[in-house]
Amino acid sequence: MNPEVFEFLSDLVKTESGLVLTPDKSYLLESRLMPIVRARGMKEMEDLVAAAKSKTDKALINEITEAMTTNESFFFRDTRPFDTFRDASLPFLLDARKQTKLIRIWCAAASSGQEPYSLAMILKEMQAKMAGWRVEIIGTDLSTEILDKAKNGVYTQFEVQRGLPVQLLVKYFEKKEEHWQIKSEIRDMVKYKPLNLLDPFTGMGKFDIVFCRNVLIYFDQPTKTKVLEKIHGLMPNDGVLYLGGAESVLGISDKFRPVPNFRGVYEMASENGGVTYAPPAAGAPAAGVKATA
Amino acid sequence: MKSCLIVDDSKVIRMVARKILQELDFQTGEAEDGQVALDACRSDMPDAILLDWNMPVMSGIDFLRELRKLPGGAAPIVVFCTTENDISHIQEAMDAGANEYIMKPFDSEIIQAKFSQVGLL
Repeated sequence: MNPEVFEFLSDLVKTESGLVLTPDKSYLLESRLMPIVRARGMKEMEDLVAAAKSKTDKALINEITEAMTTNESFFFRDTRPFDTFRDASLPFLLDARKQTKLIRIWCAAASSGQEPYSLAMILKEMQAKMAGWRVEIIGTDLSTEILDKAKNGVYTQFEVQRGLPVQLLVKYFEKKEEHWQIKSEIRDMVKYKPLNLLDPFTGMGKFDIVFCRNVLIYFDQPTKTKVLEKIHGLMPNDGVLYLGGAESVLGISDKFRPVPNFRGVYEMASENGGVTYAPPAAGAPAAGVKATA
Repeated sequence: MKSCLIVDDSKVIRMVARKILQELDFQTGEAEDGQVALDACRSDMPDAILLDWNMPVMSGIDFLRELRKLPGGAAPIVVFCTTENDISHIQEAMDAGANEYIMKPFDSEIIQAKFSQVGLL
């Protein structure tokens, strides 16, 4: 790829979304943006750059940004965080919030919805314990297109086979021709809103649990720190943050610290901050699947 | 080393599955229909069974019903692997005692994900 083309596009994407693209990712620019080039009747990436430079076509800038920031998601991704949510975070909150009976959860990179819907299915499986409780699950993402997909809750055969126990497939999905749609009882449990993590988080409210998994990896260090600080500002002292498998707050933010014994989970690092989770049980059942009657 | 019996009337499918499973450190056996599979289980019960539905002589669902009646037949983890991808087939499989269900086409990742889910990996 022409280095000037790469530089323009990577700068554009970084300004719009914070996403950092190193030169070794130029193949990704090609594969994600050539479809836009073709759809608009252009011939090459240079044409796309010329159109974007003219600054009159905001829709094109959005299209480019969304194409680069869309990432795939899976149900119950990495399994263990969902076990932790069910076996540690929820029991803790069922006690800590028993006055208000309200729990607020934010999925900060909701993508096509598998993460918030996985949480919703866990809650639905625990329906008896959750009687009288209100749980608000908010899913946000930069891309309005991917949020539309999340709202529809329609997935391919491949997507419903990765990470989703078949018992949950049968219980919570309906076959729609060759696709599978998650039932409205689950869809209704999640609200989706567009949100750019670079923008202020006004009007979001406070969250007891924040999932911010596998999105910070795309930002540079200062951006990661800033985003974590903003997330911290939306959380009570006993709130927890879930990060992706390869991520950590170490060296990035001193506002959070790891929760002992629970990989990938972080609590507030202040004096009054923190949660007390019972240590994980060995041999717990798979996420979402009932252990016993 | 865990053992997995691959039951499918397609030689190609058996070969693909065998490759994937051997890479996952399974010792594999093969059967081209439900009757051959049943006989294999009677002599040596495997830890896991990857099971097709539509086969000559004896289908996968009939094999599964017979398997669960055998002494020691409750033990193997049975994962269906079939082109039948509607809810009624899946429900019938689960009711007959299947542990998981893969809808073809499958790849190594799906097999790994499903086998992990049932505790085989």
